[in-house]
Amino acid sequence: MTPLADFARDFLPNLVPLAIVAALVFTYRRVRRQPLWAEAFRRMRQSRVTLAALAVIGLFGLIGLLDSIGWTEGRTRDAERITLLDRAFQRPAERTYSAPLAAKTTGEPQPRPLEHGRHLLGTDGTGNDVLYMALKGARTALIIGGLTSLIVTPLALCFGMLAGYFGKRVDDGVQYLYTVLDSIPSILLLIALMLVLGRGLVQLCIALGITSWVGLCRLSRGETLKHRDRDYVRAARALGVSHGRILLRHILPNLMPLVIIQVTLSFSGLVLYEAILSYLQIGVEPGMGSWGNMIDAARLELAREPVIWWNLVAASTALFVLVLAFNVVGDALRDAIDPRLRSS
Amino acid sequence: MLRYIVRRVLYAVPLLVGVSLLTFVLFYATASPEQMARRNLPAKNPTQQQIQEWLHEHGYDKPPAAQLKKHMSELFLLRFGKSDGTGEDIWGRIRAGAGPSALVAVVVFFGAVLVSVSAALGVAYLRGTYVDYWGTFLCVLLMSVVYVVYIIAGQFLLGKVLKYAPLAGYQPGAGAWRFALLPAAIGIVAGLGSRVRFYRTMMLEEMNQDYVRTARAKGVGERRILFRHVLKNASIPILTSVVLSIPFLFLGSLLLESFFAIPGLGTLTVDAINGQDFATVRAMVFLGTILYIIGAILTDISYALVDPRVRLE
Repeated sequence: MTPLADFARDFLPNLVPLAIVAALVFTYRRVRRQPLWAEAFRRMRQSRVTLAALAVIGLFGLIGLLDSIGWTEGRTRDAERITLLDRAFQRPAERTYSAPLAAKTTGEPQPRPLEHGRHLLGTDGTGNDVLYMALKGARTALIIGGLTSLIVTPLALCFGMLAGYFGKRVDDGVQYLYTVLDSIPSILLLIALMLVLGRGLVQLCIALGITSWVGLCRLSRGETLKHRDRDYVRAARALGVSHGRILLRHILPNLMPLVIIQVTLSFSGLVLYEAILSYLQIGVEPGMGSWGNMIDAARLELAREPVIWWNLVAASTALFVLVLAFNVVGDALRDAIDPRLRSS
Repeated sequence: MLRYIVRRVLYAVPLLVGVSLLTFVLFYATASPEQMARRNLPAKNPTQQQIQEWLHEHGYDKPPAAQLKKHMSELFLLRFGKSDGTGEDIWGRIRAGAGPSALVAVVVFFGAVLVSVSAALGVAYLRGTYVDYWGTFLCVLLMSVVYVVYIIAGQFLLGKVLKYAPLAGYQPGAGAWRFALLPAAIGIVAGLGSRVRFYRTMMLEEMNQDYVRTARAKGVGERRILFRHVLKNASIPILTSVVLSIPFLFLGSLLLESFFAIPGLGTLTVDAINGQDFATVRAMVFLGTILYIIGAILTDISYALVDPRVRLE
């Protein structure tokens, strides 16, 4: 392989996470200038709980970023890509379980001293550091939430706005489509989809996308229906603006705040589903670092003697904190943008 | 009323057609039957002839159009056929599993509504106080815990440490409730957070209505307002949310049953997932959809019973 191709293989995957961060920063800076969002951000800044939740999300994002940037070691073709997070935790595995900060292994007839120093959160059955595994789950969780939202939003907006704007046959068709999807209990549909698609991160996002776009579609259909007969839309139509332009330039910006609230609120649900599906053995790949896989592996450990609790506690605490942060931010965003929807 | 019910039931037919078409496309157009045969045959390296026989036996060797016809007619006549994995009659297994499943699901369903409505009433009664504030916060905390962790931790705490209930298993007959106790308790707690928060919002919304002010002006006590006037009116949105929670009930029974080894429909489905048993999954998807649609129709009818303003025409 040429050095150039080597460099490209090493370097290009790093551009994706950096591009995502750049896009987020760019969007924030543009959006901040609009009065609606400026006011929303001002309100959100007033609450300390919301700020803390935002900081938590930022921290998880940073961990995810560290776990996305990396390069390969050596020139062999099958050399693994080692991320910054991997490099920070580069320590050979222990023999088996060890409790947090313990000096000896657990679960062996004769506990032996640990070979590579103490571990803050102990080690799991194959001797891997639990803290490292728990941090690895952050990237998976964020990808699942983010990629699924990226699938859901265009799909739901496209169908919902078309149905609401054109009405009649189009509306009937779209309504039929989502009523059919909605009348299958979503866990059963998810199971069916994952059986067909096979395990995997992208597959999981597609399956979650298919099962979770209906709510947003219904919402955007209803909102479009409301905006369709407003004066500004009629004025645009009278001026001869095309349907596509009316939908994209006039109605869509008015739907955006609601869409963003909805997407943020559903984010935590998606992260929770990953854990449930991995537990049912139809989530992400078995070897992939994910909280669902950790919880699945830990399910029988509480029945052991002595009790192995740190695996379960580490994974579920990480999951809990991220989901809680998204719940808090989602609620705050809703309260800040749309006073009608206030939760109390 | 009768006309409305008939119309709703007729409207369910195109939905069921859509659902069965969807399952057909999902299972038959994307996974090749040959792979399924390989997975389900006991021999490690089945010969071509064995595969052909298996396909013939399960009807997967016909042309797609014939398979579609068979698929549709089977589902609509509720003839689910034999399991791809074990070869057992699927209806037989469903009938055997329905009892234990119903026991857990019914207790969870009614228990959850009862507990969360009472909790929401309590929080709404104490609105504006610290109890309300921290109660709402607790709800968000409860919402952020994944179902699986409730199950694992609940079994550990109640079953292993406190020994209130058997750890897992099931035993038909009079002693069944002891085995259903622990899963039911976990199922109720798992859905508590989001329900209480939602019901509280509904009740506070009613609290701001004019009729509450009138009642208060006439000197009706706060408690009577809450339990008599507000509860009745808030029960309409609560009814909707209860039906919307039915799919969640499926998820719950799936996880609870498989974890606690209760031989119900959830365990049947999980076994089918692990065994890649498409025939059983197809049957469960269709049956689940029927139950869900029935639930939705029942809600609309109960609207009319609860709220005299609602006329179903």
